Amino acid sequence: MNGGNGIAIDVKGLTKSFGGREVVHDLSMQVKRGSIYGFLGPNGSGKTTTIRILCGLLTPDSGEGTCLGYDIRRDAEKIKRQVGYMTQRFSLYQDLSVRENLEFVARLYGLADARGAARDMIKRLGLSGREEQLAGELSGGWKQRLALGACTLPSPKLLLLDEPTAGVDPKARRDFWNEIHALAADGLTVLVSTHYMDEAERCHEIAYIAYGHLLVHGTVEEVIAKSALTTYTVTGEDLNGLTAALTGKPGVDMVAPFGTSLHVSGRDVAALEASIAPWREKSGLHWHKTSPSLEDVFIELMSRSKDNFQ
Amino acid sequence: MSAVDRPSPLHELRERFGFWRRSYAMLIKEFIQLRRDRVSFAMIVMLPVMQLLLFGYAINTTPHNLPSAVLLQEDSDLARSILKALENTAYFRFIYEVHDVDDFDNLLKSGKVLFGVEIPRGFERAVRRGDKPALLVAADATDPVAASAAMGSLGMLVQTALKHDLYIGDPPEMPFEIRAHARYNPAAVSSLNIVPGLVGTILTMTMLIFTALSVTREIERGTMESLLSMPIRPVEVMFGKIIPYVLVGFLQAFLIIGIGVGLFGVPVLGNLFLLALLSTLFITTNLAIGYTISTLVQNQLQAMQMSMMFFLPSILLSGFMFPFAGMPAWAQYLGECLPLTHYLRIVRAIMLKGAGMQNLQFDTLALATLMLLAMTVAVTRFRRTLD
Repeated sequence: MNGGNGIAIDVKGLTKSFGGREVVHDLSMQVKRGSIYGFLGPNGSGKTTTIRILCGLLTPDSGEGTCLGYDIRRDAEKIKRQVGYMTQRFSLYQDLSVRENLEFVARLYGLADARGAARDMIKRLGLSGREEQLAGELSGGWKQRLALGACTLPSPKLLLLDEPTAGVDPKARRDFWNEIHALAADGLTVLVSTHYMDEAERCHEIAYIAYGHLLVHGTVEEVIAKSALTTYTVTGEDLNGLTAALTGKPGVDMVAPFGTSLHVSGRDVAALEASIAPWREKSGLHWHKTSPSLEDVFIELMSRSKDNFQ
Repeated sequence: MSAVDRPSPLHELRERFGFWRRSYAMLIKEFIQLRRDRVSFAMIVMLPVMQLLLFGYAINTTPHNLPSAVLLQEDSDLARSILKALENTAYFRFIYEVHDVDDFDNLLKSGKVLFGVEIPRGFERAVRRGDKPALLVAADATDPVAASAAMGSLGMLVQTALKHDLYIGDPPEMPFEIRAHARYNPAAVSSLNIVPGLVGTILTMTMLIFTALSVTREIERGTMESLLSMPIRPVEVMFGKIIPYVLVGFLQAFLIIGIGVGLFGVPVLGNLFLLALLSTLFITTNLAIGYTISTLVQNQLQAMQMSMMFFLPSILLSGFMFPFAGMPAWAQYLGECLPLTHYLRIVRAIMLKGAGMQNLQFDTLALATLMLLAMTVAVTRFRRTLD
């Protein structure tokens, strides 16, 4: 039984290779309807490839599944009708105006009143007064809003956003996420890939993918809990010296500076505590045990996966 | 909410017209892009006009007003009469009259003149005695086409001139090559032949390149990714990209034929409607071939190269430059595969011979076949995924 009422994306064992290099390996995932699903992972980890498989732009070498209840292999055309895909690179027509781009999309999807639909979307995007401006002349933030507008115009049931906020300023990023939450509240399912931790924390569920392997998924809390990472936060003097001293010690998996503090993390609590013991009582250093941040978890996952797959 | 998101009945209904609707969306988009690309837009009009004016006037296998010099070693009535006759042919323009051999040689050597005519001392007397003296003609043969054509005409025209000269009974034999030449002004024939040919050649070039770049441009600009993620079929993309340029091609054909008739006095003896109809077929065939190229290559540079690879044989093997019948059989077979070959026959036949559809069935059928073939290849080659 697939395509159940509550599931928008349900895929199993997706594998895709390019020129003998496996980009996506045995990837399985489920995304609930109406949820915002964050896709995280380093560059070249297979996020874009996975998204392209989901919207029918690539055919998987093996694996199967459904997207909105349609088979991803057989029903690519039907999926395309109900999926809005926002590419990583701006892919609207730069030499068409805002209005013309939106009208093109509206006509292609067969909206009853293409001009009206485009006009409403321009209003909704706050682009009134700029409708005749060429899309290529818009700033990064506006381009990204327009791209989102273009892919939500045909009222899709699923949005696939590939690093939508890359290179966009914080204010525009926040507005963008508010928009995404508003869309999800209306029942739209959103799959979004990102590099930003604050964005990951705004997702209902996240998945971490590295070198084509989906390593962990769940809510932010679940992912942190699954990591079984123990983290100590250190503040005080000469943290650089401490970094150098602790790096590579048994049990210390990661030492990372966070502003004025240092995060020291490890999966083996006993070994970690043994290694840091000599510095625990040192004057000028303040230690306290915290839960690891999402970033700690991901950096640790990334360094671990590098050992496994490279 | 159902397990599968089914489109509404209204949506299903609209889906029946989906083909036209999506082709239309694509067509409008292409039109806007074309209109916005001012350089391309200007080229649509300028290219045929410039080329036609340039080639129509410039390409002339029988050049005239060639700068010439005369070395006059006697100032006789006969000599004057010959020079006058030469000038009246409009082939030669005597810009120098010299009396010294060295001056004569220098003029030729420096390229100031292409021809030199030497009338030797005692020429008239020798002619009267029937000695058949030599009338020396020196030609700058570095451009053999210019030289040979004019030399050929020279011989005949001088003979004709001398025949009418009251001093002479029989013209002397001339010590230079004489080539058969048309009786009426050959310059007019050149453009009569060239203008209809240019219609086909210019259309081949512009149409081919316009569509050859269309798909690769979308790939290079990254818009293909988003286009492919939308519900549009390869045939719809193709029609949307071809139809705007059919109108462009039509405009070009109209310009070329208009100028040909207005400026070069090329007649249109046949049916203008038939000409327009078959020109549209030819335009569409070329657009389909260009579009096919577009689906075969990786980038715009390759598209240009492949277009040139197609364009050059089109010019050389179609009968535009060299007579089709004069080519070896294998080259003729190759030529039959080129749309330009068939269109040249069509356009020349309609314009110059007043031919009707009954004379042109084979070429029309050949064009239509080539068009369908190209479209089939294009649609099957069009990648619906990014694999």
